[in-house]
Amino acid sequence: MIRRVGVVGFGQTHHKSRNTECSGQELIAIAVRRALESAELTMADIDAIVIGNMDHFESINSVDMWSVDGSGGYMKPIMKVTTGGTTGSAIGHAGFYHAASGLFDTVLVIGWEQNSESDTTAAISTCFDPITEREFTAGAIGPLAAQYTAYMNKYGATEEDAALVSVRDHNNAALYNPYAHLRQMMTVDDVMKSAYVSYPVKLLDMCPRSDGACAVIFAEEHRARKIVDSPAWILGVGDCHILVHLADGIGLANLPSLEIAAKQAYKMAGITEPFRQFDVAELYIPASTAGVTWMEALGLCGEGNGPSLIRGGETDMEGKLPINPSGGVLATNPIGATGLLRIGEAAFQVMGKAEKKQVPGAKAALATGFGGCFWSDVTVLSSTTHLD
Amino acid sequence: MAEEGREVKPLSIASTLDMPYSYHAGFYYSRFLKELRDNKRLVGVKCTQCGKVYVPPRIVCRDCFVKMEEFVPVGHEGTLLAFTVTNFPYIDTTNGEQKKIPFTAAFIRLDGADSNIVHRLDETDEKKIKAGMRLRAVFSDTRTGDYFHDIDHFSIIKDV
Repeated sequence: MIRRVGVVGFGQTHHKSRNTECSGQELIAIAVRRALESAELTMADIDAIVIGNMDHFESINSVDMWSVDGSGGYMKPIMKVTTGGTTGSAIGHAGFYHAASGLFDTVLVIGWEQNSESDTTAAISTCFDPITEREFTAGAIGPLAAQYTAYMNKYGATEEDAALVSVRDHNNAALYNPYAHLRQMMTVDDVMKSAYVSYPVKLLDMCPRSDGACAVIFAEEHRARKIVDSPAWILGVGDCHILVHLADGIGLANLPSLEIAAKQAYKMAGITEPFRQFDVAELYIPASTAGVTWMEALGLCGEGNGPSLIRGGETDMEGKLPINPSGGVLATNPIGATGLLRIGEAAFQVMGKAEKKQVPGAKAALATGFGGCFWSDVTVLSSTTHLD
Repeated sequence: MAEEGREVKPLSIASTLDMPYSYHAGFYYSRFLKELRDNKRLVGVKCTQCGKVYVPPRIVCRDCFVKMEEFVPVGHEGTLLAFTVTNFPYIDTTNGEQKKIPFTAAFIRLDGADSNIVHRLDETDEKKIKAGMRLRAVFSDTRTGDYFHDIDHFSIIKDV
């Protein structure tokens, strides 16, 4: 029997392209300190730590130990989890598992990355099979770009549809998120005029890679209620890995791993009408094209209807289901932290602590993670223990 | 932290790591690469339970998790499912040098296969490429057992 678990604290650094002022350990310490402050806890209250990043970006192998100078994990149980792009969402889920299992009451989860320390695309390319796939798969950009050609061909979506997603997320970051890496207002025309980095993805369609860290504190129900008045309850989680052969993921216009992960999480949480039941979503959209193609896998629209959902403005801040009030991944991408930022931002939405990003009255939130060879994580959070 | 250490100019320490790897291709990839090198043949492996043909061949079926042992030939031609013309510079992980751009990555379903491969298409003008086009493998004259060398590239079949 699993225990109910809520998010009680969340902290992050100010994300940058190149943070030469801090080492990775110092970045981690800032995020941890801010998470503890947000929950009015001290390190003595923490029973266990889960930490994650992608090893090959910094080439530091035993991050669980190396990070103790920043994480505060001295003489505590620490587990490192690394699952590529989904690292941030996977460590969030691992934090949930720790507390839900009954073994630990209060768990600190840390995601971080110092991406400017190496060549991000080369490092990501090492995710792919070295003998049969790595040569022509340009990091994350190439595969995402290719998937959109399949989707455009199948459903008649356009490059302008993707640009609408880019404008939505970038402008949300510029207007509402002081921690975001890119805070630049833009128009569809700006996006369309930016150069192709990998057709059909243009420079302003693609996420940056950032230096930054994020920490989220999970607690089981009794602890959680003592720590904060209104925890963000984790009502559902879903994880789905696919296989290393990237070509099998991209050949499909859609994202079956996300569909399966969403079904798992929705079943656990009692979500039957996602578009109506969610008030806000923080989605791992690494290229604006994915903001068009993956909505149907989440059940937010019917097959092939991503473009009409985006064109209708329903996912803008004033729409029925605002997506990425924080600006999401297109504005901020410290890779090992990126998925955890989605959980942290979604938690603060339902806790009413999202400040300028706040969607008024948000009760139920959806968070996702994406990575590697097209695999997915889904998290359902709510201010109430049961959903209508 | 930044706000507490402003009187010191932060330093960065360079590491020019040279970390070569040698990947063991294993029985299934070795068989695939040998057929390509010696016979200009593309082979997949068939699941006896569900009948799916996987290219490149691999030990177990992703759905049935049964060991696959029946190697079958697949076509030198196939259908383009998705593509991208990559035009940004990054470091080639196979040799540490700057990747030559632009290049087109093509995601292809070979005739007779139930899985997809990725290779280079010799056309970099995106206006001339469309998902659904028919492609044909073009082999190198000198073959060495390297998949990305022995098949030099794929070309669009013009006469359809």
